[in-house]
Amino acid sequence: MSRVQAIELVYLFCAVCFIVALKGLSSPRSARLGNIIGAVGMTVAVGATFATPGLHRIGLIVVALVIGTAVGVPAARAVKMTAVPQMVAAFNGVGGGAAALVSLAEFDRGHASFGTAAAVLFSTLVGAVSFTGSAITFAKLQELMTGRPIVLPRQREINAALAVTALALVVWGLSDRSVTAAVLLALVAGVLGVLFVLPVGGADVPVVISLLNSFTGLAVAATGAALRTTLLIVAGTLVGASGTLLTRMMSQAMGRPLSSTLFGALTATASAAAAGPDDGADRSVRTGTVDDVAVLLAYAHRVVVVPGYGLAVAQAQHTIRELADLLESRGVEVVYGIHPVAGRMPGHMNVLLAEANVPYEQLREMDDVNPQFPLTDVVLVVGANDVVNPAARDSPGSPIYGMPILNVDEAKAVVFLKRSMRPGFAGIDNALLYDPKTTMLFGDAKDTLTSLVSAVKTA
Amino acid sequence: MTETTLGLFTIFVLSVFVGFEVISKVSSVLHTPLMSGANAIHGVILIGSIVILGTGHGAVQGVLGFVAVVLATVNAVGGFVVTDRMLEMFKGRARK
Repeated sequence: MSRVQAIELVYLFCAVCFIVALKGLSSPRSARLGNIIGAVGMTVAVGATFATPGLHRIGLIVVALVIGTAVGVPAARAVKMTAVPQMVAAFNGVGGGAAALVSLAEFDRGHASFGTAAAVLFSTLVGAVSFTGSAITFAKLQELMTGRPIVLPRQREINAALAVTALALVVWGLSDRSVTAAVLLALVAGVLGVLFVLPVGGADVPVVISLLNSFTGLAVAATGAALRTTLLIVAGTLVGASGTLLTRMMSQAMGRPLSSTLFGALTATASAAAAGPDDGADRSVRTGTVDDVAVLLAYAHRVVVVPGYGLAVAQAQHTIRELADLLESRGVEVVYGIHPVAGRMPGHMNVLLAEANVPYEQLREMDDVNPQFPLTDVVLVVGANDVVNPAARDSPGSPIYGMPILNVDEAKAVVFLKRSMRPGFAGIDNALLYDPKTTMLFGDAKDTLTSLVSAVKTA
Repeated sequence: MTETTLGLFTIFVLSVFVGFEVISKVSSVLHTPLMSGANAIHGVILIGSIVILGTGHGAVQGVLGFVAVVLATVNAVGGFVVTDRMLEMFKGRARK
């Protein structure tokens, strides 16, 4: 076996590591291990690359590796958890930049076949878009610039002109193998990347980061095709494909199709684009899946269950207890927050839960539980609505203004189990249902709780 | 189309399907860590950067290669470290 073949075999091992890593990252149990497996694959790949025949400038390579590590590790360690998305964006951008640079350098060597030239130009284009696009997402999230959508006058025409220019440069590069064309393409693509991200609003930026992440993956794959390195093709394509899927999932989790996230500000009328965050478009409801909520609950420290009339209607008191016991056995602290008028009569909930033998210590009166909501990770509202409606506290015009409520909106996350979006007994809309930290699970409380129990078991 | 090109294309198409399959069902709390982990994985452009720097000739390729190695290292190393930090919060919380 030649040395090149041996390296190829090691690369195959690394490719498997990356697949296992992505698989592991898809489940909370194995996520950390998956990440470590990915890191191992990366380390092995770099080690094997040093065995490449005819490799010189070893000293320079080591210096560059040291500099990169000295920048990357402290940055990743020091970043606050709230600032993680922009950190990911920054790392993604430099990756895209690296892919574009490697492609340009490969082109500079000359003798590129048609296929290689196509791969190089693709990688340059996409890598440069990812680089500058990520820079803008970073600036938006880091509040170096406004998070609001920015639309230039005549932006659609500008975009079209740039796209045509890029296409012309690609044709030039393909026909002449011109390095100048590739360099110009990188510059035009850089401007396109900026214009692509500017119209995206702050809240949607994470979706764009995910999309740019898959772009970088594709750029890496194209670079792999140019360099004829299988590992780059496999790893880049993996990220490109899974990243595209993930982008769609993230977009769906926010309750909007991807196209409106990306181009909403461009296609919308000027007034809608200029409107503030309080307009109707932002009153979207986030519908979760049972699995999402199960993971949210299973990895919480503290959960408060707020039962209401819906629990009684669905006769779900035994199922909610089963869920609570299951969470307790996983180390989650579970209590019930009982509003005095929850249900249709005072004490309705106490009776109902007593029937299911819920331990008395877990039942908390409103005045006892209210101060604890800021320390609560998840509030599970089962068939209640008016008793958690912040309008009773905040909107003097509301018919229920002045009624004491459970301040569930102070918790980190709220999950509503409801049959529909219909308002509660009092007939008043509840703004909390539209809050970004609220997740809705529609359906009969008992059915939903039963599915939650089985989902928590596997979470 | 040469045989090598065909082989590389085959690998590309199969990888697309593996990429889709491998993350078909992901809870929304894991979206960000998964994105970050995938982000670290495309840092594998590092090996391409090393090859360019190590086998290239002349100043232009040297400079491009050097900058690429630095950037790719930041991507890969930083990516894995930041993902690990995110995932720390899943550790121990379930089994207290």
